[in-house]
Formats: sequence, structure tokens, C-alpha cells
Amino acid sequence: MTVPLLSLQGLTKAYPGVIANNNVSFDIGVGQVHALLGENGAGKSTLVKMIYGLVKPDSGTMLLNGRTYAPPEPRAARADGIAMVFQHFSLFDALNVAENIALGMESPPAMRDLAARIRDVSETYGLPLDPYRTVGDLSAGERQRVEIIRCLLQDPKLLIMDEPTSVLTPQEVDILFQTLRKLKSEGTAILYISHKLEEIRTLCDHATVLRLGENVGECIPAETSARDMAELMVGSALKPPERAGRELGEVALDISGLSVPSPSDFGTALRNIHMTVRQGEVLGIGGVAGNGQDELLSVLSGEVTTAADAVKLAGRPVGDLGPTARRRLGLLTAPEERLGHAAAPDMSLTENAMLTGSVRENLVSNGFLKWRDAENFAKRIITDFDVRTPGPDNAARSLSGGNLQKFVIGREVLQRPDVLVVNQPTWGVDASAAAAIRQSILDLAANGAAVVCISQDLDELMEISDRFAALNEGRLSTPRDTAGLTIDEIGLMMGGAHGMEVAHV
Amino acid sequence: MIVLEKRPQPSRNWSIATPLIAVLATMFFGGVLFAVLGKNPVEAIRTIFWDPLFGEFAFYYRPQLLVKGAPLVLIAIGLSLGFRAGIWNIGAEGQYIMGAIVGAGVGLAFYPMDSIIVFPLMILGGAVGGWAWAMIPALLKVRFGTNEILVSLMLVYVAEQMLASMSLGLLKNPQGFGFPGSRNLNEYASATSWINQDVGMHWGVVFAFIAVIFAYVLLNRHMLGFHIRLTGEAPRAARFAGVKPARLILFCLGTSGALAGLAGLFEVAGPAGQITIDFNVGYGFTAIIVAFLGRLHPLGILLAGGLMALTYIGGEIAQSQLGLPAAAIQVFQGMLLFFLLALDILTNYRIRLRKSEVA
Repeated sequence: MTVPLLSLQGLTKAYPGVIANNNVSFDIGVGQVHALLGENGAGKSTLVKMIYGLVKPDSGTMLLNGRTYAPPEPRAARADGIAMVFQHFSLFDALNVAENIALGMESPPAMRDLAARIRDVSETYGLPLDPYRTVGDLSAGERQRVEIIRCLLQDPKLLIMDEPTSVLTPQEVDILFQTLRKLKSEGTAILYISHKLEEIRTLCDHATVLRLGENVGECIPAETSARDMAELMVGSALKPPERAGRELGEVALDISGLSVPSPSDFGTALRNIHMTVRQGEVLGIGGVAGNGQDELLSVLSGEVTTAADAVKLAGRPVGDLGPTARRRLGLLTAPEERLGHAAAPDMSLTENAMLTGSVRENLVSNGFLKWRDAENFAKRIITDFDVRTPGPDNAARSLSGGNLQKFVIGREVLQRPDVLVVNQPTWGVDASAAAAIRQSILDLAANGAAVVCISQDLDELMEISDRFAALNEGRLSTPRDTAGLTIDEIGLMMGGAHGMEVAHV
Repeated sequence: MIVLEKRPQPSRNWSIATPLIAVLATMFFGGVLFAVLGKNPVEAIRTIFWDPLFGEFAFYYRPQLLVKGAPLVLIAIGLSLGFRAGIWNIGAEGQYIMGAIVGAGVGLAFYPMDSIIVFPLMILGGAVGGWAWAMIPALLKVRFGTNEILVSLMLVYVAEQMLASMSLGLLKNPQGFGFPGSRNLNEYASATSWINQDVGMHWGVVFAFIAVIFAYVLLNRHMLGFHIRLTGEAPRAARFAGVKPARLILFCLGTSGALAGLAGLFEVAGPAGQITIDFNVGYGFTAIIVAFLGRLHPLGILLAGGLMALTYIGGEIAQSQLGLPAAAIQVFQGMLLFFLLALDILTNYRIRLRKSEVA
């Protein structure tokens, strides 16, 4: 048998209170597309950080082409031919593409030569990119191309990609896959991290599944069903949320002709948005990140106010009201960013319960706070939503992402909203917590509330929403019934391929 | 290798213990400093910390503690509200001066009328003077997004010029033989802030205690205080909770200005007695230190104001009795602040000693 490109042997890495990786071993062959599969928190990121030299393993060894490989820092990893495209881009909005790429290089060539090389690589791999465009003006898909080209300029032997498709439309995903296949055909190995099973089945030659930091199995994705892989990943059979049949009532939330200028230079302006949500209905809003999701939530929560008529709650204009007044009327929201937006990290759960609960849970009298009532409310959230924490006195940041998310969603759901707007309700949450959150959203709708769910997880939206619309550059497509929508149609609603071209292989 | 590890949540014990450790460390390293200067360190530390309170002449120094501590606490309480919300009023010194000028001006306008309403009106004048001076950076920040740190600081120097102009012009004592400075308010019974000069008791002390209680209740029991803390901890979450940032800026800067103005008024109507060119002695700046020394917590500020007053008075004694240079006393006070801020990290982080990893 030939020597594998990279061989991991017994890698272990522990952080205080958690073992991120426990005795993980597997091999990546030359020119192999190797999938690393696992739930959020399974230890995928820690593992690739070790390969990329960002984290040192506590024990275990790595062999690169049969020789010991222990990169003290990413620079050494790059020198050995290992490149990585991160999930979160590290690009400067105000600089252009070539400048951004030059910043990451040891000794950047003259800007003109670099631009020529960028053009050259981008054409070879079907990733057209103008080196002189400002990054702030690029779409998420184009930004990812900048990161990929930055890696390809180093002529890597192993390319690590961390959840590359989470920011792409289905059409953009196809194009990315063409590029990756071309790289593979040239002998570049790819370590592909994802939890999206269908992608892995189409793209990858081999898959390693991680669960709670351990290698729980390997498989050939093309020969394994998505269901089997999912159960390997989660460790048990998953129960999809139940949805009770329900009658739709009156229009609860009516948005018409809503336009809001971008709050910052690189934010997204909302353009002429129309939508209505009825009582008992879940409207799913999809779209690639950065197309106005945050802005839409701010407009609905009341953090950004508009003309009164643009947002109507049960027929009543509320567009000019602030968050407190809207809560009083029954419009509640849960933003995407848990720490710092939905919750104050250093404050206790009791204080965080007070944060949005003060009006509807009657936690204030004459401006004075009723801390005991707030604590009871916090306890109720903790019990009803199975938040794992020693008690309501603990700081929000001491909770894991999933538990804090359950707290944030629970806090709003328990206030009996007439309309609930959630952004990315299950982002970074483990499978069972995500299922619980989705179930609570469906239960809320079954009891007659109108729900708007903004998410980038299409599977989630298909699962819980009655109608689907997509945000694309601040415009909302016309909502359509979810039943019967095909993935192609969804892709087109999300804005198609954002002008990307298929690799000319 | 020393590794700092973030605690899941701030340690309550350490947040109480660090100020004490900082004081002890300051005593130790200050003692080393004094020893290097050729003084007996134990005697020097005793002179600074012990003599003002329990020494032979404590009956003389104890009243001074109140006189020095009251304005520091009063100003620091106001500043702490803003600092909690991330609103940085650095210009309390200027608001202190303006409070004194307006308050004294009100009193002098009534001179020599004998009435019970004079002093309350002066208090009002002092508060309004400081408040109005603080409203300048507040309104500029709300309207034009200017930096309140710069504007409030620069206005200190404007206020100082105003003070000089007042003591040489408008408020100059007509019977003062041409010397700069206003009439002495201590000689005007209706306008003095002294309650009992022998024990150092004046209305500023009373107001300082009221301010401590008011701030405590505000921060712990009231929605406005909750919003102040929330804004400081997580501005975006505060907006999500329904806080209007502009209103909070106006409230915090206005309140801190008014309290600084009050401190100025009580000072000019009591311990200082008159408006002079060099009336201000830096209470407004020292109060910033007091506010942080007290962890921006009302009770902490009360203790910190007392401690600061102690080092001032003790430092003066040490200068006169032991011949310590003034600079050494300032270094000593600087050490205190340094250790407090440096040890603060233990509240949020724990220190782990770990063997260095082989790369």
C-alpha cells in the first residue's frame, strides 16, 4: 500500500472541562476528498486546527508523507503544503482582493504581478475574480473565492475546507464542487468538513465520522445512505418534529413596502419588502448570510424604526415603536447573535430574563425591578426548556451555545407572543437541542401564534415552515408554499449562482 | 509557563479580595520605595495609614478626612454611573468649577440678605452649573457623535479660564483691596455649607452619603440602573432590550455633571470659602481614580474615597514630618491604582502554572 499523504495517529486534545478529541486516527490519501463529519461540538474544528498548527495536540502524532509532522504554527503548516479555508473569512472589507491576499503572504510580489497570478489561478479553476474589487462589495460566495484563491496560490498538497457551503446557494455549491473535483484530479487532497450529508455523498471519496471527540466510524459516502451516516453522527435514531394540523387565522404580521437604508458601509439595505404572516403559520425566510437577515430582524424587533405603516401588528401600525412597546403588543424576537445581542454575556440568567421579560412578565413596578419574580421566570425557562445550568445566578457566557440558545428561545416563547421572529434559532446547537427548539416553535404556532423563522439551514426551514421566502441582497422573494418546492427553485429564490461560472474542466 | 484561563463567570470572592491585596501590595512595595529613599518603611506606612486615624493628632486629621473624602465620593458616584454604561465623562473637574462658580454666584447675588432660602438656591445653582457644563459634551455626542472624552476634558481648561476671569472680574470681592477672589462665604451665615466645622461636617458630606444610597438603589433595584449596566456590558443587547442610547447619555452625563457641580458648590461654600484663581485642586480627576478603585460600585466608592483621602492626608503628614518628597507620595498613590487594576484580572481569570510544552 502506498504511503498516505497525511496520517493522524491517536490525536488527543483536552480543554478544561471537555475532551475535544480523544485518540483520533485516520489517513488521508493523495488526491483524496476526505470528509470529516460530525455534529457541532463533535471536535471537527479542533482536529483541523491541530493539522493546521493552530493548536498543539496533548498526545498523538501526525505523519506527512511518512515523516513526522508537528507544525508549531500555521506558517509551518503552509510551508509543508497544507492550506485552509476557514468558515469565517478573515478579510478586510475596505481593502481590495489583491491587497487582502498580499496581507496573508510571507513576501508578497509586486501588486501587478500578484494581480496577474490571481487572474491566472482564478481562470484555471473557474473562480472568476477581479483582483482590484473591494472586498466589502463582494457577496459571501465571492469572498469565499478570495480565500480559496489565497490558498491555491500556495500550491497546496492538502486543502482543508471548514463548512464551505454554509454561505452558498445550491447553485454556488455546484460550482464549488466542480472546482474541488478539478483540484482532486490534479492530485490535491481535500479535507472537507461538513454536517451536510448529501453534499458529502456527492463529493467525497471517504468519510470519517466524529462524535464527542472520538472517531466513531469510517465509510464510503457514495455507498452509505444519508440516514445511516446521520445515525452514526448523532449516535441514535432521530425523531423529526411533529407538526399538528392547524387552522390559519387572521393576518398577525403585515409588512408592506418596507425599505431601510443600510446601517453601515458594508451592511445590507432592505428593499421594498412585502410579507404577511397569519396566526398559526410559520414563515421560513432563507438566504445566504449577509443578505439582510440581521437588518430584517432589527426592523422587526424595533431596534431600527421605520414609517409606522410599514410594519403592522394585527392591523395596527407599529413601525415607529421601539422594542419595549412592541413587546407590550405581543411582537417578540430572538436575534441570531446569542452573546452580546440576545443576552448580555457577563450578566446572570435572572438579569437576562429581565432583559426582554420585564414588560410581559410584569417584572417591573413603577420603574423598580422585581428580582424575585425575574428569578422565578428564569427558573421557569430553565425547567421548561431543559437548560443545563447550575441555576439562574450563573452568567450567560458560562452556558454552552446550545443551552444559551434554548434559554433565549425559551425566554421569548414563554412570554406567549402573538408574533415571534427568530433568526438562526438552531445555529451551532447540537441535534437534540435543535429538535427541541424546532418543536417549541411548532407548538407555539399550533397554539395560534404567527412565527417568522429566518435561517440559513434549508433543511430546517423545509421541516418547520408552511411558506418559504428568501432574502437576496435585501429583497424578499414572494413567499411560496413549502410543500412541493424543489431545491432548484429554492436556489433560484436565493439568488441563483451570484454570477459564478462553472469550472471549465 | 503561566497561563491565564478565563473563568466561566467572574469570581465574587476575588472581586472583594483584590482591593485588599492591592492595598497590602502597595504597602509592601511602597515600604521598599521609602526604604530605598533612606526612610524607615514601617514608620512611613504607619504615618500614612495609621496616624491620620488613630495617631496623636488624629483629632485634627479626622475632620479633614471627611472634607477631602466627601467631594471625591460625590463626584465619583456620578462618574461611576456613566462609566458603568461606557460613557466617559473625564471633565468632572470642569463641572466642579462651574458648579462652584454658579452656586457661589447665586449666594453672592443675595449678599448680605439673611434668609433660609439662600443656601438651597445655591445648591440648585451648583447642580445646574455642573449639569449645564456636562450637557455640552452630552448634546454634542448625541447630535453629532463627538467623543465625550475629548470634549469634556477640553472643557475643563475652558472652565479654568472662566474661574480665573470670575475671580478677577465679576465675582471679585468689592471690599477685597484689589486681591483676586470673591467674598468669603464662610463669613456669610446664610450661604455657608458648614454644619459643624470642628468635626469636618458640611452638607457635602451629607449629600455624598445620600448619593451613595441613591446610586445603590438605582443600580440594583431600578430599570434605569439596569439599563445603565446593560449598556456597559453589551450595548447591542441594551438596544435590543429597548434602551434609547441618546437618553442614557443625557442622563449619565447630566447626573455626573450635577453631582460634580454640587461638590464644587459645597467646597466653595465651606472648606474653600471663596472663589479664587486656584480654587480647584483636582478632585474631579482624582474622583476618576476613586470610581475605579471602588469598582464602580457605590459602597466600594465610599470606601475608596475614604482610602484616597487617607493617603492624601497621610502623605502630607509624611511629607512634613518625615521629609518624604512629594513625588514619592505620588508614586505611592500611583502604585495603589496600578495594583488595583493589575490584580483586577484575577476576578475574571485564574492563573495556572503549566509546564512549557515542547514545540
